[in-house]
Amino acid sequence: MSADEQTKLQPRIELETIGLQAYFGETRAVHGVSLRMPRHRLTALIGPSGCGKSTFIRCLNRLHEEIPGARAEGQVLLEGEDIYRRGVDPVLIRRRIGMVFQRPNPFPTMSIYENVASGLLLAGVKDRRTLDPIVERSLKQAALWDEVKDQLKRTGTRLSGGQQQRLCIARALAVEPPVLLMDEPTSALDPISTARIEELLLELKKAVTVVMVTHNMQQAARISDQTAFFLLGDMVESGPTDAIFTNPKDQRTEQYITGRFG
Amino acid sequence: MILLVTGCALAVLPLLAILMHLLREGASSIDLNFFTQVQKPVGELGGGMAHAILGTAAQVGLAAGLGVPLGLACGIYLAEYGGRERLAGPVRFALELLASTPSILVGVFVYGVIVVPMKKFSLFSGALALMVILLPLVARTSEELLRLIPQHLREAGLALGLPRWKVILSVVLRSAWPGVWAAILLGIARIAGETAPLVLTSFGNPTFPRGLDQPSASLPLQIYTYAISPFDEWHRLAWAGALVLVFTVLALNAITRLTGGSNERRRAD
Amino acid sequence: MKADRIFIQILRAAAGVSLLILAAFFIQMFWSSLPALRAAGMSFFSGTDWDPNQDVFGAGAFIYGTLVSSLLALLIAVPISVATALCLTEIFPAKIAGVISFLVEMLAAIPSVVFGLWGVFVLSPLLRSSVQPFLSERFSWIPLFSGPPLGIGMMSAGVILAIMITPTLTALAREVFLSIPTLQREAAQALGATRWETIWIAVLKNAKSGLWGAIILGWGRALGETMAVTMVIGNRPQISASLFAPAQTLAAVLANEYAEATSDLHLSALSALGFTLLLVSTIIHLGAKFWIRRGRES
Repeated sequence: MSADEQTKLQPRIELETIGLQAYFGETRAVHGVSLRMPRHRLTALIGPSGCGKSTFIRCLNRLHEEIPGARAEGQVLLEGEDIYRRGVDPVLIRRRIGMVFQRPNPFPTMSIYENVASGLLLAGVKDRRTLDPIVERSLKQAALWDEVKDQLKRTGTRLSGGQQQRLCIARALAVEPPVLLMDEPTSALDPISTARIEELLLELKKAVTVVMVTHNMQQAARISDQTAFFLLGDMVESGPTDAIFTNPKDQRTEQYITGRFG
Repeated sequence: MILLVTGCALAVLPLLAILMHLLREGASSIDLNFFTQVQKPVGELGGGMAHAILGTAAQVGLAAGLGVPLGLACGIYLAEYGGRERLAGPVRFALELLASTPSILVGVFVYGVIVVPMKKFSLFSGALALMVILLPLVARTSEELLRLIPQHLREAGLALGLPRWKVILSVVLRSAWPGVWAAILLGIARIAGETAPLVLTSFGNPTFPRGLDQPSASLPLQIYTYAISPFDEWHRLAWAGALVLVFTVLALNAITRLTGGSNERRRAD
Repeated sequence: MKADRIFIQILRAAAGVSLLILAAFFIQMFWSSLPALRAAGMSFFSGTDWDPNQDVFGAGAFIYGTLVSSLLALLIAVPISVATALCLTEIFPAKIAGVISFLVEMLAAIPSVVFGLWGVFVLSPLLRSSVQPFLSERFSWIPLFSGPPLGIGMMSAGVILAIMITPTLTALAREVFLSIPTLQREAAQALGATRWETIWIAVLKNAKSGLWGAIILGWGRALGETMAVTMVIGNRPQISASLFAPAQTLAAVLANEYAEATSDLHLSALSALGFTLLLVSTIIHLGAKFWIRRGRES
């Protein structure tokens, strides 16, 4: 595929980093990464553990800076607007960029219904007539509706691991974010639950821009449109997934995907 | 081995002895008068503890009303912002020292800063002294309990675009609440039995408290007054008062221990 | 987020209040002690006479009473607490241990004034009628057990304090024992040690510095205990070799005289006693913490 065709297929860049650096105290964990994440595409971030891919994704919704001593430099453009510009409220940014974590983390004190609606409930929306359809839509989008529609009042932590993770996806989707970040969303799950979530992601990316960290190269190859390879805090290379996996430009990428390290 | 078990028996024996004597000496004196009458003049039969129970309720209620929010705020501050706030270390240290201070000294302190300027003993000063004792209890346990809430729940809340204060109150504190609530009840049980600081602050009063700025009776203080008096009739009331106090305090303790399951949490210091 | 900034300001204010309370505490105690310390100088601590009517203030008898009553309490409570903690961690099955530790915790919850009441009407008469006559018959040649058996006095105070600090000491000792890895015990057993030898070699020897910390913390508790002591110790500021004799402690004299003191110098002298107690208990607390931390690291 030529560069021209590429631009035609991907007319809009939803999220873009320019020279993004992330620090823990004095230690630099991400060294100036520039990456474009196109609209309604699934971008996979791969690399050995400790390569900075998780730190990178946590910079995309300004969650990284919540760790004491951690900060980020550079630019992250959400639809062309720098979310690190002075005066930008990270709380408002995070409403537009949802996130799903490695370990399923439903709120233990809330029912399934309340979990899905939590983003709205805690922001003050209490009207059931507003919430009911949103909860149903989000659970359907997360392919969980049929399994839990009769037990919405039960606590979310009683579900299986895979169901909990889909509950967390539904919770993130309920506030209708245009972007969804996923930090190794299936690494704590069994293969069947993993497969369900992968199917779900293929469906979701028609409506949402997805950025996903994964430690599993096969997973990236199966479901992503674009892949970026991280190593020791640098982004070594990025490009269309099939190109990265069949014809990597950098020798280190090749070594990694052929399993010679990491 | 037998030595060890004997030691263990010796540790438990006093509890049983005290409870037995309380029941034997106190139970017969608990009647309606006990809960409705105030202290009678020396030599008259009868009288009760109504004024003392009311005084304790007022002082403990006031102390909790001030101390619980303040303690919770300190606990949240240390647990949620401790890593990035310069004041956190000194505050934690201050609370630890406050918790280790003999309670009579809290009475001496409040006497100096409230009773002397106001020129009289008062219910309010008693409540303040109890508050100073309650504050570190609530703050330190709530900090410990909030720290046990996993970090990923906070991140889940933040990632939903919730402001930090809302995440802390609606997600973190709510998850820790059963334990925090138990800690609050245990703290209240503890200050309800405090006597020493009240000798110097609310002082005691043979009748119902008339206002926040007036001396007030309290159940433990009234037990003390009755116990050191030379009158049998008052001794009888002291036992009855102690029975009521102990069973209230023990019930609060037992309920929170058995339901909260937080018996491992309570630090002996 | 503006609400977040307001929230942290509120929390900072609360944190500031607790710092302020502690600072005001120490300053107030020091300030109010100054007149008496200026008037009496070092003789305040060395003098043993306390006569408010003559403006003679010596803390010696109170310091003596505090030290002796608390050390007596430790002497009784430490073996009992260590034995109980060993029973809980090493010997009893979990269910019995749960019941026992529940009972011991309940003992900790009983208010001081109730211990005092029980001490006055049950413990002291018991000591007067049986324990003290026994001791004075057999051991009257030891000054500790000389004099008439009064019941109320140093011995009653020591025993009641021992009962009161037993739960604290037991809980602390239990924590120390629990922190010793099971591996140590198994190693001793593998060498053919009996149960008792295992407890001695693997548990007690390893727990030494942690136990010292626990004992010092318990001592701090005993020093500051007020109501129960004031009810059974007899409230007489004297230094007597006999444990049967009445005595007085720093904390108890505060409860007894503070509210009734009329002269400014008397009040100041009482504050100075309080300040002394505050410094001692703070130093002991910090020392114990240091000791326990050292025990954990080794």
